[in-house]
Amino acid sequence: MSPSSRHAKVYWTGFAVIMALLIIAPLVLPEFWRRFLTEILIWGLLAMSSDILIGYVGMVSFGHSAFFGLGMYGAAAAILMTNPPSLWLAILYGLAGSAGVALFVAYFSTRLRDIYFAITTLIFAQIFYVIIFTWTEVTGGENGLSFSRPQLGIPGVYTTPFTSTTLHWFVLAVVAVSYLVLRRITQSPFGMVLQSIRENEARTRAVGYPVERYKIVAVMLSGLFAGLAGVLYAIQNRFAAPDFVYFLVSGEVVIFNVMGGIGTLVGPIVGAGFFLGLREGFSRLFPWIASTFNLPQIAEAPYLIPVGIIFIAMVIFMPQGLLGFARRWLNR
Amino acid sequence: MDFLWHVWDALAANRDIIVIQTVNGIVTGMILALVASGLTLIFGIMDVVNFAHGELFMLGAYVGVIVLAATGSFWTALIVSVLTVALIGAVLQITTLRPLIGRDPLTTILATFGISLVLQNYALWQFGPVARKIQEPFTGQFTLFYLQYPWYRLVIAGLSAAIITALYLFLRYSTYGIWIRATTQDRVMAQAMGIPVPSVHTAVFAIGAGMAAASGVLFGPLVGVNHAMGLDWVLKAFIVVVVGGMGNLGGSIAASIFISLLEAYASIWVSPSQAIIVSSVVLILTLLFRPTGLFVPTPK
Repeated sequence: MSPSSRHAKVYWTGFAVIMALLIIAPLVLPEFWRRFLTEILIWGLLAMSSDILIGYVGMVSFGHSAFFGLGMYGAAAAILMTNPPSLWLAILYGLAGSAGVALFVAYFSTRLRDIYFAITTLIFAQIFYVIIFTWTEVTGGENGLSFSRPQLGIPGVYTTPFTSTTLHWFVLAVVAVSYLVLRRITQSPFGMVLQSIRENEARTRAVGYPVERYKIVAVMLSGLFAGLAGVLYAIQNRFAAPDFVYFLVSGEVVIFNVMGGIGTLVGPIVGAGFFLGLREGFSRLFPWIASTFNLPQIAEAPYLIPVGIIFIAMVIFMPQGLLGFARRWLNR
Repeated sequence: MDFLWHVWDALAANRDIIVIQTVNGIVTGMILALVASGLTLIFGIMDVVNFAHGELFMLGAYVGVIVLAATGSFWTALIVSVLTVALIGAVLQITTLRPLIGRDPLTTILATFGISLVLQNYALWQFGPVARKIQEPFTGQFTLFYLQYPWYRLVIAGLSAAIITALYLFLRYSTYGIWIRATTQDRVMAQAMGIPVPSVHTAVFAIGAGMAAASGVLFGPLVGVNHAMGLDWVLKAFIVVVVGGMGNLGGSIAASIFISLLEAYASIWVSPSQAIIVSSVVLILTLLFRPTGLFVPTPK
């Protein structure tokens, strides 16, 4: 047996085991943790979309909240305008919204490289935040929009309301398919060109590839999947709010990537799980410390202080992330 | 001709507000220039995009609030705040940025973003979400056409200009300034000539942090101090730095005033929170037609 086919066997076995665990999980977990797991998958999809840029093209986007948010508002628009609300129309609208923003952001920001790209995406995301925050008649302004959850199925043929278990399976299916599609794309000739841009942009251009066009397509692809994550989040939480367009969300996405390991696609999902786990952990730890050691001021401490310090330490000492050491093994 | 007369009438009717907004724009522009020149200095010398610059601005304002409450003197508060935040900046540089020297500049964005999260949440935890007030050192006003305008705003603009000029003279003529410029030009050669490059980096970060703190204290009386005040400034400073040409001190100052004037005029018609859209349009146009920066003489 050749090493690569044995590797493929190990890879697909691992994939099947993890999928099986994720399929069984909602049946055994209590409600809170079931929701928590679904949320990790959604944030993981968002982080994975950003990994296409960070890990494969070498561009750090600080503007993914714009794509995510427009996915949310696109889904909200579809759900509020159709009766009964259609799940598929919500996805379609969300993708259209994020694609529009992604085209705009990609066209301008890909003129710049490295740090300038990061800053420009951040500024563009902030513009969309300001527009959504202030355009109250359409977006609901600060309060956002809330709506009912669409039903699973094809309207008019067969529909069934989502339970938290079927919602988890639906999200899992979308995330798994997205992962496989993105994995295929990164291994395609197109993905190879993206990676060669990361390794040596000047040489890629000299060989004859239209680098700018590849970058624009990469940003749009990334934006589409980020929008898909936004649609899922809107369906899970039944609201769209400007908070999710705020740049802090983009920052968290970058944190997920760095914590999990960039350029691995699965790493960002692990990173999202790690981050959200730390959030839960510290949010429980601080009140416990406060009551046990009689230090009342600790109870209110924001979890982002220790998580931020852990993040800085990982940037310095563990730049490959949690999954970094397994990167070659996972990606071959 | 009729049309022009209408425009003239409209302008004349709004003359007071236009003059006021011009003065406001220049005042904000000088503060922004102070923030942006610290950012540019740090970037030019160590390729570090300091995401935490806005938080150093915010921290400076808070230290100002505390010292002002303790001593009652605005000017003491200003000086103590600058020194404290410069020290904090030096410590942050040594602990988080020094290990990253020689790595991809993007990692410094990540590290400083982490710092900004920690500082912002620390401020929220310690001081709460309610905005604090810094009392301006004097409350005199003068008559601008038929409007009362506070002297303090002009003093801020003057002080900012003085600090920036001092920075320029320091960089231009002092020994340490020459060390800093040598490090900017060629890090390896500077090291070979015996310049302690790591210490220069720390000192530059401390100077940038001190300038951010000074702008925080000076601007505090105008807006109120809260934990999230840094973001607006750092975003604007980023725009300024791209529009003015990264690492170019003169360009940053010109771009600061240009953008602040535009935002001041825009806020006659739209709400101030929407005025940032105007500066982003400038940013987009700059990226389209002059990606090296508007105020750079000749792109190489």
